Amino acid sequence: MTYQERLAEIALADKRYVVMTAENRASIKSIPESLGDRFIDTGINEQALIGAAAGLALRGRIPVVHALSAFMTMRAFEFIRTDIGLAGLPVKLAGSVAGFLSEANGPTHQALEDISLMRGIPKMQIFCPADEEELVIGLKDMLESPLPCYIRLNHLKPSIKHSPQFRIGSAEVISDGKDISIIVYGILLKEALETKKVLEEKGRSVRLINLRTVVPIDEQVVRAAASETSLVVTLEDHFLTGGLYSIVSELLIRERIAGKVLPLALDRHWFRPALMPQVLEYEGFTGRQIANRILKSLNGGTSHA
Amino acid sequence: MTDDDLNALYQKALRVREHILRMSTKGGAFTGAAFSCTDLLVYLYSRFMNISCYNLNDPDRDYLFLSKGHAVPALYGTLAEVGILDHTRLANHLNIDDDIYWHPNHNISGVEFHSGSLGHILPVATGVALDCKMSGARNCVTVILGDGELNEGSNWEACLFAAARRLDNLIIVVDRNRFQANMRTERLVPLDPLEEKFNSFRLSAVTIDGHDFSDMDETFPRIPFDLGRPSVVIAETLRGKGLPKIECRADRWFCNFTEDEIGPSLDELRVSMHKELMSKTSGIRL
Repeated sequence: MTYQERLAEIALADKRYVVMTAENRASIKSIPESLGDRFIDTGINEQALIGAAAGLALRGRIPVVHALSAFMTMRAFEFIRTDIGLAGLPVKLAGSVAGFLSEANGPTHQALEDISLMRGIPKMQIFCPADEEELVIGLKDMLESPLPCYIRLNHLKPSIKHSPQFRIGSAEVISDGKDISIIVYGILLKEALETKKVLEEKGRSVRLINLRTVVPIDEQVVRAAASETSLVVTLEDHFLTGGLYSIVSELLIRERIAGKVLPLALDRHWFRPALMPQVLEYEGFTGRQIANRILKSLNGGTSHA
Repeated sequence: MTDDDLNALYQKALRVREHILRMSTKGGAFTGAAFSCTDLLVYLYSRFMNISCYNLNDPDRDYLFLSKGHAVPALYGTLAEVGILDHTRLANHLNIDDDIYWHPNHNISGVEFHSGSLGHILPVATGVALDCKMSGARNCVTVILGDGELNEGSNWEACLFAAARRLDNLIIVVDRNRFQANMRTERLVPLDPLEEKFNSFRLSAVTIDGHDFSDMDETFPRIPFDLGRPSVVIAETLRGKGLPKIECRADRWFCNFTEDEIGPSLDELRVSMHKELMSKTSGIRL
């Protein structure tokens, strides 16, 4: 089942849903036909889009809003913060081509601070599915939550068979290794699976954690990873500041858990634009490169990319 | 409108301004900005909109959003005068134990939404108006915008969208007091010709005297001015209207009166409003 099929199914069963976009229809091509006047395209205007979504939510609707992550979370940030966040309205923000997914678009279109911005808004939940299958598994829970949420959309094919059991704030623990924990969200799960294979070939036992929701984070799983394994790797296609590394660090400091953390993220630079395989290779995020960076860190090398 | 109707509106507008003056002590308020839209609020709540303490939970009632949120003492004063807000709470202005502060709080009875960050509310109201249309409600959604606020691009995004969706249940009232925060609009970022700007966006704009109840009463009932188009009422107003010593002064956007100033200011306000009433009603009252 695709995202738009699942979205139509949920929306057709409940008249409160409206599907909106600022003229980004790639993820929802069939929705105008299936939802009729409950599909609303405002044109290229992210601020008016978010404001109108808040207005619709004030009237009891649940808007599911689509735009490019970079423009939605940044151009319309204050509208999200003030009109949705402050009121705690159940507006669902579906952002496209976040992180490495923007591929060859160039830095103007790169959303590498979206998690950082959205997690700064009280009440905002963040769902980062690894692929379209996981997106479909978690969609209903995210939409039915009374809180606003930000979804990092992607339509990739799954690399594993996901657990159909979904709970907001509950991670999918893919393997229960004892040496190295890799905590990841979104599309990099695919690379992390390759990393796990390489590390296991070298005799290391890997605990692979696919977060699903970044906010709220599965604190129990993160605490256990830091306490029970000798290295925690945070892996994300996001700036080093404000994302998963920050969230995990804050948690560990708060809980007074001492542990070694290796952050793999984009450290103070936008990535070099190209198609995905080349981007991953150039920035050091293929499964094999990630494994090598982890091994180097274990041998006392520098941790940053 | 009869002289009795006019008299009732003037008396109400006077009482709202008295509330605003009293709220402009002990920390102050955006008095000048509130006085310029007081008459509009009094008119809309008293004679035009279907909003009362009895229908606040009715989704088919009318809506009013104050986008220039810093003028909120005028809204609170009006809500108190029409029986939606308890009078006694106005004395809690800026007190940490109540929700009455310099910008609107959603928790106050009669306030539709928090506002004050300029350029937000027209997009929000557009969503409300769109849903009213989709639900088949026959109500109106009124937004009071400051003229300086029209510098914000999001207002024009919302105008384009409202026109595209033919939201003729949407009413934009521009409080055209011709002042930005610090200086005259036409000296900083000129807005004229303003009617033409809205009309070229496929909204229908009409200009009125924002302190003349008869003018309002001849204009608002004609809304929508054109079927299928959002309506815009450009209300020519004066910042600080009603209190001559602060009228049209760039430095009296915000006032923080001392206790000693309140008595004389109330007197000045009453004399000025009485003169205005006499000039607007027939000789019988003179």
